[in-house]
Amino acid sequence: MPAVQETVDRVKAIGVSEYKYGFFSDIESEKAPKGLNEDTVRFISAKKDEPAWLTEWRLGAYRRWLTMREPRWARVDFPKIDYQDLYYYSAPKTAAGPKSLDEVDPELLKVYAKLGIPLREQEALAGIGPDRRIAVDAVFDSVSVVTTFREELARAGVIFCPVSEAVHSHPDLVQKYLGSVVPTTDNFYATLNSAVFSDGSFVYVPPGVRCPMELSTYFRINEQNTGQFERTLIIADKGSYVSYLEGCTAPKRDENQLHAAVVELIALDDAEIKYSTVQNWYPGDADGRGGIYNFVTKRGDCRGANSKISWTQVETGSAITWKYPSCILRGDNSRGEFYSIAISNGRQQVDSGTKMIHLGKNTTSRVISKGISAGRSQNTYRGQISAHRKATGARNFTNCDSLLIGNSCGAHTVPYIESKTPSAQFEHEATTSKISEDQLFYCMQRGISGEEATALIVNGFVRDVLQQLPMEFAVEAQKLIAISLEGSVG
Amino acid sequence: MRRAVPVGIGFLQKITKNGAKNFRDRRSENSSGQLALNCSNPLIFGRGKIVLEVKNLSVSIGGRQILDDLDLTVRDGEVAALMGPNGSGKSTLSHVLAGRKDDTVETGEVLLNGESLLNLEPDARAAKGLFLAFQYPVEIPGVATLTFLKAALNAQRKQRGQEEFSTPDFMKRVKALAGKLKISQDMLKRALNAGFSGGEKKRMEILQMALLEPAFAILDETDSGLDIDALRVVADGVNALRSPARGFLIITHYQRVLDYVVPDIVHVMAQGRIVRSGGKELAVELEKSGYRDYVAEPAVA
Repeated sequence: MPAVQETVDRVKAIGVSEYKYGFFSDIESEKAPKGLNEDTVRFISAKKDEPAWLTEWRLGAYRRWLTMREPRWARVDFPKIDYQDLYYYSAPKTAAGPKSLDEVDPELLKVYAKLGIPLREQEALAGIGPDRRIAVDAVFDSVSVVTTFREELARAGVIFCPVSEAVHSHPDLVQKYLGSVVPTTDNFYATLNSAVFSDGSFVYVPPGVRCPMELSTYFRINEQNTGQFERTLIIADKGSYVSYLEGCTAPKRDENQLHAAVVELIALDDAEIKYSTVQNWYPGDADGRGGIYNFVTKRGDCRGANSKISWTQVETGSAITWKYPSCILRGDNSRGEFYSIAISNGRQQVDSGTKMIHLGKNTTSRVISKGISAGRSQNTYRGQISAHRKATGARNFTNCDSLLIGNSCGAHTVPYIESKTPSAQFEHEATTSKISEDQLFYCMQRGISGEEATALIVNGFVRDVLQQLPMEFAVEAQKLIAISLEGSVG
Repeated sequence: MRRAVPVGIGFLQKITKNGAKNFRDRRSENSSGQLALNCSNPLIFGRGKIVLEVKNLSVSIGGRQILDDLDLTVRDGEVAALMGPNGSGKSTLSHVLAGRKDDTVETGEVLLNGESLLNLEPDARAAKGLFLAFQYPVEIPGVATLTFLKAALNAQRKQRGQEEFSTPDFMKRVKALAGKLKISQDMLKRALNAGFSGGEKKRMEILQMALLEPAFAILDETDSGLDIDALRVVADGVNALRSPARGFLIITHYQRVLDYVVPDIVHVMAQGRIVRSGGKELAVELEKSGYRDYVAEPAVA
């Protein structure tokens, strides 16, 4: 098992008793005044020089938001958030349109270097075959500053740019699809996001095109007290394919940081979208102070027949995770997949899962969820599988496993299964197991250290999901798993 | 300190080919070899150097005294049987030697090849050559047996400053050993011990022992729950590893296994200490008379 050994070695080399990315840079940013009102929304919209329809769209969402309440059904507990005590817009000052890396604020490049974000192809792909390429649309706080690989993608007809840019360059597409999967009325956090979203990635893959590279975006939360409201929109037109990777790190903070992103995926006839996430946000200190609050709405719409959307996520960070990447299986024969590893340690609280909404005929879905709880954390899987009465022949398979490390953590499984057609076949399997003292003693008697034994057992536990990740992410994920479970043994 | 141990793949083949006849031969050799044995003091007669030395070991678990001022010595090349009634502390001794954390060592010393073990973590003890075949081998779901074996072997080699085995070299060794122990390729690919039968688990313990080539091996009731064929396979495996440079401590309730793995010496344990030691005939005697005497009134030899 060289991978595991390598992981352990690397973790040791890093010396990760402290959160690795716990620093923050001092680039000056341009902020909207603290607090949220219609003026803030207008300020954000004006800053981005948005068309009138979008300003109205935001304002509509804001007015709706005022009438909504925070959801309380999740198994998470946190102090009340004062939404008037947050900044809703901040942009690096030098963001006025650099055309290449040379024009980028060197301070910013230094931050990326510290984070190990591969801006240049060569750096990105060190050790990976020359035929594989990753395009990076790097998000620094709220504004996308640098975009690479644009030209090559453009040759294939793929549009990959910040949403704020797409609003101007491809207004028809944005207007047609924005909010079509997650409407502005959807839920408290998604509605808030609709009102104040800062930026995010926009992807459009034209009919019949197989995107020539994996698309990747790295998010960081940088400015103190800045709510991060990413908005990602990915459209795979008929018969196209795209794989999108999202990886996240954030600097260390004393105050909780709100993060309420929205991701919308649309797959038309015969199209396929694969969306992978490795999330490593600051989980808070030993007492759970200062971690990120991650309230995310991610939803894919298999709008066309025979379309497919696949979510893969490795969640290791954040103080609170509230996240349910879902699929609406609207097209006949469409397929939704959800592969998840959710690791909680320390005082982390995770309430995550998926929804598979079967609407079309002969739609299929598959859910593989692996939850790992350590320390004093609470880890909940919450999943909904439903079949509309017209969704004849719908099939779902759900496998939901929990692994406990130690005696002070909790694992919870909350499945909702709802079928309105007698021809649906839904299967649900769930297991809960524990890394026991006996297992550790056994491994150690054979010469394997306690930490390596834990990594070995956990990697075995999550193998099914790791295999779903693109290669370069699988390595990163394995490393993260070892890092996040450090100190959970003994 | 440790001598190079010639490991017996070839030896194993010979034994297996010759089957039961070979065992009988070995037994008679051993019995005659033990005529010179001074039963009351095993320290005098042993020829090999001492591999394991337990001195004045007292251990409690949750405040209850389990081992009471126990002394035990095993020499290189020696197969020592440890017998005794339930609750006499045999399994606790094996766990303390391997370094389980539940047990509190109050006094005493444990030396492996002259080095003190008690302050070492279980994995460090393993790297120094201590092996424990568990009475109840633990299931490790999700971790393929091969993956586990390689991790264990290379972790030990690394701790000893030896070069790690490459995958092809490792596979060659495992396959050769697995064949002798009737362990299928399929079993090697499955998660370690998960869903294995009792016999399969015990054979897997022996495979690990053969692979790790310990200086001193403890078999904790490896014979329990085995049918006669499985017992024979396990015994073959143990006999194949008998070597002038390796000591064994075989913990058992029954004389049966000692027909196949013939001990050089038999220790009887009661109430946390060794109360009597003797040749293999002592096991036969115990089989007849039971442990009554030792339970009622701990005799001191």
